[in-house]
Amino acid sequence: MRLLNRSAGRLSRYRRGPIAGFVVLLLGLLLTGGLYAAFSPAHADSDSAAAKQAQIEKGRQLFLVSCAFCHGQNGQGVLTQGGSQLGPALTDVGAAAVDFQVGTGRMPMTMPGPQAKEKQPSFSDQEISDLAAYVASLGTGPGIPDKQLYSTQGMSQSQINALVQRGGQIFLANCTACHNFEGSGGAMPRGGFAPRIRGVSSKHIYEAMLTGPQSMDTFSDGNIPPQDKKAVIAYLNNLNNTPSYSGLTLGGLGPVSEGLIGWVVGLGFLVGFAVWIAAHTTRTTKKKDGASA
Amino acid sequence: MTDNTHDSTGGELAELGPIPDPGIPEHTWRPTDVDPKAEKRAERQVSAMFGLSAVFTILFVVSYFTFHIGEHWTVWLGHGVSTIALGVTLGLALLLIGVGIIQWARKLMGDHEISELRHPARSDDESREGTLAALTQGLEESGIARRPLIRNSLLGAVGLLGVPAIVMLRDLGPLPGDSLYHTIWGMGTKKHPMRIVRDGIWSPILASDLEIGDLVNCQPDAYKNPQRYGIDPTLVEGTELQVQKAKASLILSRMDPGDIKPGPGRKNWTVDGIVAYSKICTHVGCPISLNERTTHHLLCPCHQSTFDLANSGKVVFGPAGRPLPQLPIAVDDEGYLVAQSDFTEPVGPSFWERNYVQR
Repeated sequence: MRLLNRSAGRLSRYRRGPIAGFVVLLLGLLLTGGLYAAFSPAHADSDSAAAKQAQIEKGRQLFLVSCAFCHGQNGQGVLTQGGSQLGPALTDVGAAAVDFQVGTGRMPMTMPGPQAKEKQPSFSDQEISDLAAYVASLGTGPGIPDKQLYSTQGMSQSQINALVQRGGQIFLANCTACHNFEGSGGAMPRGGFAPRIRGVSSKHIYEAMLTGPQSMDTFSDGNIPPQDKKAVIAYLNNLNNTPSYSGLTLGGLGPVSEGLIGWVVGLGFLVGFAVWIAAHTTRTTKKKDGASA
Repeated sequence: MTDNTHDSTGGELAELGPIPDPGIPEHTWRPTDVDPKAEKRAERQVSAMFGLSAVFTILFVVSYFTFHIGEHWTVWLGHGVSTIALGVTLGLALLLIGVGIIQWARKLMGDHEISELRHPARSDDESREGTLAALTQGLEESGIARRPLIRNSLLGAVGLLGVPAIVMLRDLGPLPGDSLYHTIWGMGTKKHPMRIVRDGIWSPILASDLEIGDLVNCQPDAYKNPQRYGIDPTLVEGTELQVQKAKASLILSRMDPGDIKPGPGRKNWTVDGIVAYSKICTHVGCPISLNERTTHHLLCPCHQSTFDLANSGKVVFGPAGRPLPQLPIAVDDEGYLVAQSDFTEPVGPSFWERNYVQR
């Protein structure tokens, strides 16, 4: 009976149940949430675009303070009065170049010189990504590579071995000329040098290939495809983990350091030994018993 | 008085004879000669060094068998242990024998001082005549003057011994003929011009693949696809392959077309700012690809010859005598980069018969 006449027993048939208010509130919230969900994509897009704009603006502020003196207020590059390049144009270098140059501490440079040297980065990761976003907004250029492009995570050992082998071939054909056969670096004209690339993070190596920092040639995806870039990085990482089987590497610079150590330390030791032997001619004033001098 | 002094000075000097032989200074003894304790100590030192040497020799043998090489190296602090252990133990074993002998000689062996008088180098007349007489007698007795048959046959046999030396020189040949003037780039056909492929990756290159600033180390497609060009596969195998690579290695560089100053007759040798040059230095033939993207200067690591890739490979620095040979390139029907023809001059270092071209 009660089921049919639900208001029986109430004080008034118009009086609401005690939870009715909550139910209405819940319904209202659900409706709002549902509507929000239905219309959110467009809304969220404009929101993240605004966030991106804010990031670019933040990057621009950093750029104006730390980079604009050499690269120009709009990244257009600056020529000195003598006509040489103070800082090159950054309009088409892309985010990858910023992430590499600022992330390895090469930029901002302490002073002008033949080559920007690696040092402790001057900016935080967040500031670097702001700067990269600003420079990327100036024009075209490669973006910061995804981790899956250079990481061998999730690959089987035999797959990695095959990758390392292929990477070695590509490294020997393309990189050893400047960076030495085991990545120890080498000299370049007019005070420049190809830096040592052992122990550099995979991301920075990928970005360096992609953007060609300073005088380095670029190895764009059309030049060395992404899969082969990964192979080169796998080879370098493998090199880092390879013990030096034949003893001390002496910097892995080939005949330069080996010759230096051989001549200076090796021969020096032998000459010193010869001098020591010849200097040990102790004589005594004593006479031999029963023998005349 | 003054006159007298003056005279006497000259007179006395003239009368002095040669300085008398002062003889050997008095011999001083080593501690080991006079002190039996020192002698014993030196003896112990020397024998200890020899003994230590023996220990290191045994350690060498032990290291040889203990430390692994090959698939599973014994590694300590990132170094292969075997190499270091073998080197150090054998080195010390040899060094200690040497040091022991020196110590022995200096401390314990005889310590006499000997003076040896110098004699004229020329023998006295009697010995010289005697020697000459003996020689003459020997010649007489051999009868070489009386038996020309023996003499002549001996001379002939010895003379002929020079022939093997000359014959073996033939192994330096055969003469290269015109092979130095040609590379495998010229073996492309009209239908299939020789494609340029990435070295180590072996894929052909679309002109649109490359961006300004790219440097590509390249080889001809013929190594991997000889049949496409109708080339005998044995020409790109083993030693032959090395010979081909030594001549045909190539570098491609894409630069701003406005940077290129084409040499006379080379206007159509490039594709959209992509230039191709031999990778072999014209000085002594090192492979070169140390390129500076910003200046287009290509540097040879061996002797610092520098070539300007934007200006027909002109030598801007260093000992190279000739510009880097440029390869005329084009694109084929599918858009891949190909060689228009062979190099128009011999690649690599100069050789005697080469016609020198204007620098």
